[in-house]
Amino acid sequence: MLALTSDIHTPLHDWRAGVKLGLLSIAIVTLFLLKSPILLAGAAGLTALLYRSFGAKFAAQGLRMLKPLRFFLGFILLWQVVLGDAATGFAIVLRLATAVSLANLVTLSTRLDDLIDLVIWLASPARFIGLSPKPLALSIALVVRFVPVLLERANHMADAFRARSTKRPTFYIILPLIISVLEDADHVALALRARGGLDGAFNP
Amino acid sequence: MQTKENDLVMIALFAALVAVLGLLPAIPMPWGIPVTAQSLGVMLAGAVLGAKRGGLSMLLFIGLVALGLPLLAGGRGGLGVFVSPTAGFVVGFPVAAFVTGLVMQNLRIDAMIASGIASLIGGIVVLYVMGIGGFWMLTDKGLMASITIMATYIPGDLVKVVLTAIVVGALVKARPQSLLSRQ
Repeated sequence: MLALTSDIHTPLHDWRAGVKLGLLSIAIVTLFLLKSPILLAGAAGLTALLYRSFGAKFAAQGLRMLKPLRFFLGFILLWQVVLGDAATGFAIVLRLATAVSLANLVTLSTRLDDLIDLVIWLASPARFIGLSPKPLALSIALVVRFVPVLLERANHMADAFRARSTKRPTFYIILPLIISVLEDADHVALALRARGGLDGAFNP
Repeated sequence: MQTKENDLVMIALFAALVAVLGLLPAIPMPWGIPVTAQSLGVMLAGAVLGAKRGGLSMLLFIGLVALGLPLLAGGRGGLGVFVSPTAGFVVGFPVAAFVTGLVMQNLRIDAMIASGIASLIGGIVVLYVMGIGGFWMLTDKGLMASITIMATYIPGDLVKVVLTAIVVGALVKARPQSLLSRQ
């Protein structure tokens, strides 16, 4: 399971995750306060320069992460132009593209375990009301482990389906997949208990 | 017997299931968000786990997306998702699962029919209200534009409601102990 962290090392990689998140929140609030398309174009330009300053390959990576947005933003722009308010259209598109790029910058430059540590740290005040961050850490680890297991199981189900049918395995495999992983879940829970369990740390 | 460990594992399992459903072959749409089985996972989480666990499970899922795992359909992930025009849908996942579970728990009729009604209310009505609300907030006044785009996803979502009912109906027969919403 790969995180979206970039392999290209940038100076931002060495910053603390908390600092980056704090700056990001300030930047996004500012972007949503700005209404002028000219100022927003300036912000978009600065963001592009920031990406470019980390190298062309890194900038290309950032651009790739924006790709899924292109039709949506195009549609919004077109809609506003049809309504006769092109300025607002440009403002919305520039604001959203810049906000998403800045947020992606944090994602690209921060390792997953640093972010998990930050979440655990942020969750630690909950200790005073009797909640432990431990189940949170454990559940994150469980999901990260379950995803490849489920994928492999889904592939097995698809193979088994293909061996018996000329049709393509689509939603037919969902039911057996769910039943089989529910069995697995019971075993994992039992194994957790056998190793000491959650120690009363989790009461949903 | 339902233990705390069991609850935690089921919560993590359904979060992972939503991620995997996002990877199944999808029907691409020109505006970037493909029709995937992902919201089927949201409906199932609510219908199978119940309100509290289903909501927590989807909260875990979007938390992992925020941490930068590419778990959303089309390999999207990261903090950028939460300021993109479709942020409302992603934020709506836990709410949709919670409402689905709530309806499922309180509708004391045949589990299969109940899960269909529950996922229709939670997985379609609530999710779309959240999604369109988010779109409206993030794009100032693109409300009408958003409704026209989003209407194209409704037929696919109705298929998912039927699938949820089929899966829950089969679970009642095969593994009733796993249907935590009816414990």
